[in-house]
Amino acid sequence: METAYNDKIVRQFTIMTVFWGVVGMAVGVFIAAQLLIPALNFDISWLTYSRLRPLHTNGVIFAFGGTALIGTSYYVVQRTCGVPLFAPRLASFTFWGWMLALVLAVITLPLGITQSKEYAELEWPIDLLIAAVWIAYGIVFFGTIVKRKEKHIYVANWFYGAFIITIAVLHIFNNLVVPVSLWKSYPIYAGAVDAMVQWWYGHNAVGFFLTTSFLGMMYYFVPKQAQRPIYSYRLSIVHFWALISVYMWAGPHHLHYTALPDWAQSLGMVFSLILLAPSWGGMINGMMTMSGAWHKLRTDPILKFLIVALSFYGMATFEGPMMSIKTVNALSHYTDWTIGHVHAGALGWVGFITIGSLYYLIPRLYGRTEMYSTRAVELHFWISTIGVVLYIAAMWIAGVMQGLMWREVNPDGTLTYAFIESIKATYPYYAVRLLGGLLYLSGMVIMAWNTWKTARMAPAQATRQEDLALAQTA
Amino acid sequence: MTSGWSIYIIVLTVGNILALTWLLWWTSRRPAGESAELETTGHVWDGIEEYNNPLPRWWLILFYLTIVFAFVYLALYPGLGRFEGVLGWTQITQYDAESARISERQREAFAKFQDKDLLALAADHEATEIGSRIFANNCAVCHGADGRGAPGFPNLADDDWLYGGGPEQVLASVRHGRNGIMPPLGAVLGEQGVAQVAAYVYQLNGRETDPAMSAMVADGERIFGMQCAACHGVDGKGNQMLGAPNLTDDVWLHGGSFEMIKRTVRDGRMGQMPAHENLLSEDQIRLVTAYVLSLSQRETR
Repeated sequence: METAYNDKIVRQFTIMTVFWGVVGMAVGVFIAAQLLIPALNFDISWLTYSRLRPLHTNGVIFAFGGTALIGTSYYVVQRTCGVPLFAPRLASFTFWGWMLALVLAVITLPLGITQSKEYAELEWPIDLLIAAVWIAYGIVFFGTIVKRKEKHIYVANWFYGAFIITIAVLHIFNNLVVPVSLWKSYPIYAGAVDAMVQWWYGHNAVGFFLTTSFLGMMYYFVPKQAQRPIYSYRLSIVHFWALISVYMWAGPHHLHYTALPDWAQSLGMVFSLILLAPSWGGMINGMMTMSGAWHKLRTDPILKFLIVALSFYGMATFEGPMMSIKTVNALSHYTDWTIGHVHAGALGWVGFITIGSLYYLIPRLYGRTEMYSTRAVELHFWISTIGVVLYIAAMWIAGVMQGLMWREVNPDGTLTYAFIESIKATYPYYAVRLLGGLLYLSGMVIMAWNTWKTARMAPAQATRQEDLALAQTA
Repeated sequence: MTSGWSIYIIVLTVGNILALTWLLWWTSRRPAGESAELETTGHVWDGIEEYNNPLPRWWLILFYLTIVFAFVYLALYPGLGRFEGVLGWTQITQYDAESARISERQREAFAKFQDKDLLALAADHEATEIGSRIFANNCAVCHGADGRGAPGFPNLADDDWLYGGGPEQVLASVRHGRNGIMPPLGAVLGEQGVAQVAAYVYQLNGRETDPAMSAMVADGERIFGMQCAACHGVDGKGNQMLGAPNLTDDVWLHGGSFEMIKRTVRDGRMGQMPAHENLLSEDQIRLVTAYVLSLSQRETR
C-alpha cells in the first residue's frame, strides 16, 4: 500500500513560497527604482529605502527562501524516510506560526521597528515566536527521521538537518537582547564583540540558510528530475562535513580592516578560502549527476533551472573566497560588488534551485505530473536568466568602478573623487540593475499564474482522497 | 589575550584543518569490498540511487592546496592566537606605512607653495586646483560643491563675510573653526516683543513693510537698542569681531522673511564651523583657504 504522506502542509508552504517570492522581489524592484529615482519614497517614512530594504531582505530570505525550505523538507523527509510526517499538528503550527512571524515582519519593518542587525532586524517578541516555530520544525523533522523505515538517512536530510540545528543556534545567540519595551531592545554584546556575533550570524545565515539547506533541496530534486543516481556518495560525505565545519569560521571576512583583532580577521579569510573546495564539491555532485542525461536539458526547462542554479552556485562560491582575501576585499568592501555577489547567489542559486524544485513539486501536489504550461516554465527560465545576468554584470562593473574611484588619490594626497561623484557614475548601472530585477520579478509573476492554473485544473478527487487518508492517520 | 584563550584558538583552528585533511585522506582511498565504479551503493530512497565515484583528482588537489595555503598564511600573518606571524604584519603597521607614503608625496607636492602668501596662492591656478579638491572632500558637504552655501551655511563665493574675508580671518576660520551664537530671546521678549524687533530688522535693508508691521517698527527699534545693538551694532551693520551678521544688506544666513527673522529672534541660532587644525595639515589649510579666497575674488571680478 502507498504510504499516505502529509501533503496538505507541503501544499500550504509551497503556495505561500510563490506568494512571498512575488512580494519580496517586488519590494526589491521598488527599492532598486528608488536608488535611481529617490523621489519614489513620496516623503512617506514607511516607504523610505532604509525601512523597505530590510523588508526586501527578510521577504526574500525568510519569507520566500524559508517557506520553500520548510515546505520542501517536509516533502523530502517523508518520501526518503518512507513514513508520514511526525506530529502533524505541530507541523501545522510551524506553518501558521511562520506565516504570523512573516506578517509581523511586514508590519513592523516599515514602521521602523528594528534591532538594526542585518538579517536579524526583527524585534524580540517576533524572535521568540520564530524560535518557538523553529524548535517545533526541528521536532517534526527529526521526529520523522527517527521513525523512518529506510535504514540509511538520505544525504538531502543531512543538509536539511544541519540547517535546522545551526539556524536555531545562530538565531538564539545573535538575538540575546535586553528588552526595554515591547518593541525595543538592546543586544547583550557590545562593540566589536557585537559586530563579531552579528557577522558570525550573518555569514552563517548565508552559509546555512541559503546554502546548506538548498543543497538539501538540490540532492532530492536534481536526481529526481534527471532520473539519474547521485554521482558520488563519498563526495557527499566529504563536502558535507567540510562545508558545515568550515562555514562556521567565515564570518570575520565581513569585518576586514575594522576594530576586529587581526587574528580573527586572518582566520575568517583563511577558512573562507578553504571553503572553495567543499562548496564546489556540492556543485560537482549535482552537475555530474546529470551525466548520461545531458540531452534532457534541451527539452526540460525544470532541469535547466536546476543546472543553471548549480552553475551560479559554483560561480558565487568561487567569487566569495576571492572577495574574502584582504587585498581584494579592500577594493570590493562597501561597494555594489558585494550586492552583485549576493544576488549571484540569491537570484542565481537560491532562486533557481527553488523555482526548479517547485516546478517539479507543484503539479505532483495537485495529482498531476506537469505544470499547466511547460512553455510558460521555459519563458520563465529565459526571462529570469537574462534578468540575473543583467543584474550581476551591472553590479560587478559598478562595484569595481566605485572601489577604484574611492581609492584614487591625487599627487597632493587628496581624493580624486568626492563620494557623490561615484554615485553619479553609478546611475546607469542602477538602471540596468532595475531592468534585471524587473525581468526576474516578471518571471515570478508568470510562475504565480502558472501555479494558479495548475492548482485550478487539479483533479479535485485526488487531493481530497489524500487529505482523507491524512485525517485517518492524524 | 591570555595564554588559555590563545591555546583554545590554536587547538580549534589547527584541529579543524587537520580533521579536514584526515577526512580527505580517508574518503579518497578505496577500501576493499566497497562497490566498484559505475555500480550504485545499493541504497534506494524514493527511487533515488547513489554511485560511489572517486573524488575528482583536480578537486582533491585544489582542496589540499587551500589547506597548504592556510598553514603558510597562518605562519606569516597573525591568526593563531597570540602568535603574531613571522612577518610582524598588523593592520596598524600597514595603515601607518601607507599614511607615511602619502604624507611624503604631499610634502613634495606642497613644497613649492610654502613661501607664497595666501593672496598669491589664490591667484595661482595650480594651488587653487589642489585647494578645490581639499574643499570637495572636506567643506562641500555643508558649503556646497560650488561654495555657495545653503540655509545656515554661509555662501563663500560672495563678498559678504561674517568674520571678515581677509586672508588671515579666513585662515583663522578654517584653522580654529567658529561658533556663531545668536541667543534665543523668546523668553525675554515675549511673542509681541519678538514680532516688534523682527519688524524693525525686516525693514533695516530698506524693504517696504505692510501696515501691521509698520506699526511695530518703533517699538522694535527701542528693543533692538537694548537687546541687539551690543552685537549687531546700533546701526545694525554687524560686527565681524563677533561674527554678528550685517542686518542691513540682502544676505540672510537663516532666511530673511518676517517669519524666519521672528524664528531666529525667538529660538536663537547655533552656527558651528568645525576647527580643522587636527584634521588637515598646515599646508592643506593654507591651500584650501587660498581656494576660498579665490572664490570671492572670482565673484567680485
